[in-house]
Amino acid sequence: MSDNRGSTTTEEPAKILSWPERFRELAEQAEDERLRAFYEAGCVGPKTPMKDVPFIGLDFETTGLDPNQHSIVSIGVVPFTIDRIQLGGSRHWLVKPQLPLHQTSITIHGITHTDIDQAPDLAEVLDEILASMAGRIPVVHYRNIERPFLNVALKWRIGQEIRFPVIDTMAIEAHLHPHRQPNWWQKLKGQQPISIRLADSRARYGLPHYPPHNALVDALASAELLMAQIQHHFSPETPIGDLWL
Amino acid sequence: MQAELIEIRNHLAQHPPFDEMPEETLDKVVSSIEVAYYRAGSDILKFGERNAHLHYIRSGAVEMYRRSGELYNRLGEGEIYGQYGLLMSKTVRFPVKAIEDSLIYLIPDEIFQYLWQNDDNFTDFVEVEDRSRLRSALSRREKSNQPMTARVTRLISREPVTAPNTVRLQEAARIMTEHGVSALLLLDESGDRPTLCGIITDRDLRTRALCEALPSETPISDIMTNRLITTSSNSFIFEAMLTMLHNNVHHLPVMDGDRIRGVIALSDIVKHESQSSLYLVSNIYQQQDVKGLKRLSKEVPNTFVRMVREDANSHMIGSAMAGIGRSFSQRLLELGEEKLGPPPVPYCFMALGSMARDEQLVVTDQDNAMVLDDSFDPAQHDDYFLALAKFVSDGLAECGYSYCTGDIMATNQKWRQPLRVWKEYFADWTDNPKAEALLNSNIFFDLDGIHGRTEYTEELKGFIADRASNSQRFLAMLARNALNRTPPLGFFRTFVMEESGKQVKTFNLKRRGTAPVSDLIRVHSLACGSKAQNTFNRLKAIGQTKLIPEDGVDNLRDAFEFIAIVRIRHQALAIEAGREPDNNVRPEDLSPFERSHLKDAFQVVSQAQKFLKFRYNAQVGRNV
Repeated sequence: MSDNRGSTTTEEPAKILSWPERFRELAEQAEDERLRAFYEAGCVGPKTPMKDVPFIGLDFETTGLDPNQHSIVSIGVVPFTIDRIQLGGSRHWLVKPQLPLHQTSITIHGITHTDIDQAPDLAEVLDEILASMAGRIPVVHYRNIERPFLNVALKWRIGQEIRFPVIDTMAIEAHLHPHRQPNWWQKLKGQQPISIRLADSRARYGLPHYPPHNALVDALASAELLMAQIQHHFSPETPIGDLWL
Repeated sequence: MQAELIEIRNHLAQHPPFDEMPEETLDKVVSSIEVAYYRAGSDILKFGERNAHLHYIRSGAVEMYRRSGELYNRLGEGEIYGQYGLLMSKTVRFPVKAIEDSLIYLIPDEIFQYLWQNDDNFTDFVEVEDRSRLRSALSRREKSNQPMTARVTRLISREPVTAPNTVRLQEAARIMTEHGVSALLLLDESGDRPTLCGIITDRDLRTRALCEALPSETPISDIMTNRLITTSSNSFIFEAMLTMLHNNVHHLPVMDGDRIRGVIALSDIVKHESQSSLYLVSNIYQQQDVKGLKRLSKEVPNTFVRMVREDANSHMIGSAMAGIGRSFSQRLLELGEEKLGPPPVPYCFMALGSMARDEQLVVTDQDNAMVLDDSFDPAQHDDYFLALAKFVSDGLAECGYSYCTGDIMATNQKWRQPLRVWKEYFADWTDNPKAEALLNSNIFFDLDGIHGRTEYTEELKGFIADRASNSQRFLAMLARNALNRTPPLGFFRTFVMEESGKQVKTFNLKRRGTAPVSDLIRVHSLACGSKAQNTFNRLKAIGQTKLIPEDGVDNLRDAFEFIAIVRIRHQALAIEAGREPDNNVRPEDLSPFERSHLKDAFQVVSQAQKFLKFRYNAQVGRNV
């Protein structure tokens, strides 16, 4: 399920170089020390079996869906491998968005003006965030948030973009359920379309319901979902190159 | 801990042993957690493998097995496993398999050890030996139950008032009036030291002296009660209360060895426990007809509920309820004798089953019999005894003690026989045991004389104790019958788990809980020649022999107490809710505390049954 065809114009064609090679190259080009350290930590090769990959569950809460118009409000991370999630390594940061908070987004993620007023700018915690991601493959649910938002945020602050592969648990669900809309006969029988949203996907694997829209809880939720997906549909030996995007 | 993980902390905080932990400790636990996911059917822990984590089920379900592959337990959300291995060798003792897709929180050994050393509640919960866990659960209950653990000495407010047994009637009355007491203790001063030899009460003066118009010069020793019933100074108030209930006396001398500490009166206890069952009992004796008794019997469930609320233990409640039942029977017999005239030959009215064991609750039927004097002549006398038996049995039914469905009542001619016939019955049961017949006569091995010549029943108890302990075949057969009813394995969600892994919705806490215990304890008790009837007293007697290992006795006592008290509380709750109390319990009615300790108790019972089978060579289902 490689997915380089639909990439935005800022992303170069990835087939030319594998991710470990690209990381080495990007490390050389990086002017920012923090970014260089991130690339220097390296990236596993595409043939690495899932069981040997260090992952990090990653989730952002944002003021909207467009990285060029909206900002990051909070970031949650939790390190894991496909057999264990380490809660002790989890982190959560509130950051001050560039643009004012909209009332609608407050009602979604529950982060208020008061919370944000005391929060640092992303630049101040960038070293911590990149350090927690270093050497790990981020796991997200819906890839069009975390990577683009982080990319834009870095472009604005340090004038450089960031590239990394991700595992998208929602894309995996989409791949597993290609025919999500019921056909006329199934509709007649009252069958509902299959939802690939985080909570609904988790429910299919017997995972507990978590209250949504907290970056750390969602990061944990995606991490657990990946563990379940691997056990049900793949194998610990599945090469990561088959799944990352 | 990251504040955002509060969701996980809250989940832990809803389940024992984490439910009583301070927040800082819980935060420490949460930060240490590793999360793992297991697909249904996959192995979580394999036997003998190293395991360095306590497992907590966040979602899903697992099964634990014994080494033999036998199902040991089924666990669901909020339950823990793996502690046995952690406390022992850090290797897996009970292999575990996911039976549903399961999300498991793993708590590392070092945090486990920290909790185990610093959190008493946690330690109690995960203790390797299920038995000690059960015991600490019981002792914690008992600590909170002050009113029931007060000693009789608390009720003694003055030095005992005594007189030599040589005083005359009028002098005795004067001493009592002068000191303002309702009972006078009489001392025999003929020996080296004065010893207590009798008691005289206000009531005695009224009924024995005044009614008979005795001269004031009558020696007090002529009318005093000389078969003295006393209590020891270290007994509990409730025990004194039971002694009064059992013997229908209103004054008890309190003894410190042979030294008299004082006298306690019924009224002292009633004052101390204003709502006590004694109050009900004393009222029973004032009723003049069945109608009055029936009216009073409506109070019995309330008395029961009150005792449960006051945290009485099962022994107190069982004895008090049996005392009340006995009082109804005794008063009915008195009323019957008033109506039909004095009995033509002496007799003893016997209680059987739970009343005889002092283990009666509110849901109960009547089991009784009559032992007649050997001079009994059916043609001449049986009309009288049948009429009396019928009067009592109908009266009891009016008072809520329904007729025995197995017809074990004195109204059945078979159970209204002279002492010599009763001995033949028991000789036949013990010497030619047949499993089937024994099943029906089990109940006769719990017997208590409650009216008339109670010495007949005492004689039968001695007869049984001699015979039973000498008949291996009888014991084997009795043991075999005691294995017919087994406890469930435990609980899973809203189900009761059977040994086979089968799940059912409800179970009978008497048939599957208390009855198997009293059955198996009866076997041991008869084997050791004890005449005790109450399960706790039988256990004491067994404990004095080497029949079963010492801690086996303690474990059984704890298990029995716990199962009995859950059963009692279940009935009390039904009464309070205006429902008909019964013995059928649904797992969702049980608190997590009750569930986990009941499971431990069942295991004790199950092991005790295995031991019984082995000890008496009682093969189930084999015809000997």
